[in-house]
Amino acid sequence: MDQDLYKYLLILGDNSMILGHRLSELCGHGPTLETDIALTNISLDLFGQVRSYYQYAAKIKGEESTEDSIAFLRTERQYYNCILVEQENTNFAHVIVRQFLFDAQHQLLLESLTQSQDETIAAIAQKSLKESKYHLRFSSEWVKRLGDGTEESHQKTQEAVEHLYPFAHELVTNTSIETRMNEKGIGTNLDDLKEEYYKTVIDVFEEVGLVAKDLKNRFAKGKSGQHTERLGYILGELQYMQRAYPNMQW
Amino acid sequence: MNKDKNPQTPKTSKPQNHTTEWPLWEVFIRSKNGLEHRHVGSLHAADADMAIENARDVYTRRQEGVSIWVVESRNITASNPENSGELFEPAKDKIYRHPTFYELPIELKHI
Repeated sequence: MDQDLYKYLLILGDNSMILGHRLSELCGHGPTLETDIALTNISLDLFGQVRSYYQYAAKIKGEESTEDSIAFLRTERQYYNCILVEQENTNFAHVIVRQFLFDAQHQLLLESLTQSQDETIAAIAQKSLKESKYHLRFSSEWVKRLGDGTEESHQKTQEAVEHLYPFAHELVTNTSIETRMNEKGIGTNLDDLKEEYYKTVIDVFEEVGLVAKDLKNRFAKGKSGQHTERLGYILGELQYMQRAYPNMQW
Repeated sequence: MNKDKNPQTPKTSKPQNHTTEWPLWEVFIRSKNGLEHRHVGSLHAADADMAIENARDVYTRRQEGVSIWVVESRNITASNPENSGELFEPAKDKIYRHPTFYELPIELKHI
């Protein structure tokens, strides 16, 4: 089995898996009916993308592997999502800023992956790109509304930026696997996305007076399998059914 | 009913619920090119842009449409139900206004 390709697919898919789960926690709890449905739509879009990545990963892994076993039977260390996406739904500002920081990178990444030498990855990227463009539109509009809204919304959004922005750099920093996949013409060199990513993010922040200090959390190593305790709680809920009732089906 | 009209408001008098202040919008969707926009429902949004996005998420998630119109509900002038009698009942006994006295060729559909 191509270990690098397998792990690369998990790096690509796990962000959407964990962020999709975080958003699904909000189903029925959104601040308004309209935003509740919007966030749930985004969650479902992300899960759709996850399935494509995991199905491909299962094919590469072979054995008895399926998309479900990849989603539900890995432990924390075997997840390669960025630290950003496992952050809590502290409040709506946190949900929106987390989404925005992710979407801005996701769109650039997918645009680049449409050129991948791996046809399956290119096809998944092509299909996901439209969804991701809408996600970015939604989240960037909301960052502006909250940043430019009331004094309270501005303050809460500023707090969210201060908490979340230091995790953003992980989204545009290569791991050794990503570097190797880029050399093979399959993966994206994240260095190439950096400039545009930060420009997109900072432009929106500056438009509404949000300040992002140039801080980088050096423990943000989710893509190497090193997570915060938050992922444990997420997996506890996410995997409960398969752990309690192995091989259970609908 | 003796409801307390002046409940003790907390010292930090921030608005309790911003969302209730969003105006109501009526949503019209065109299901495919060539057909007219139809009223599908309403939603709350802070402005027209947000109303379009909300409408996209609430009313077109199952491929219902190719075009969206939104209009703020307060801009719609409605007839008064109390006037229904004088407005609509006079038409009741004027069946000759329906084009039902023509023989239509079978090939004609949707009329």
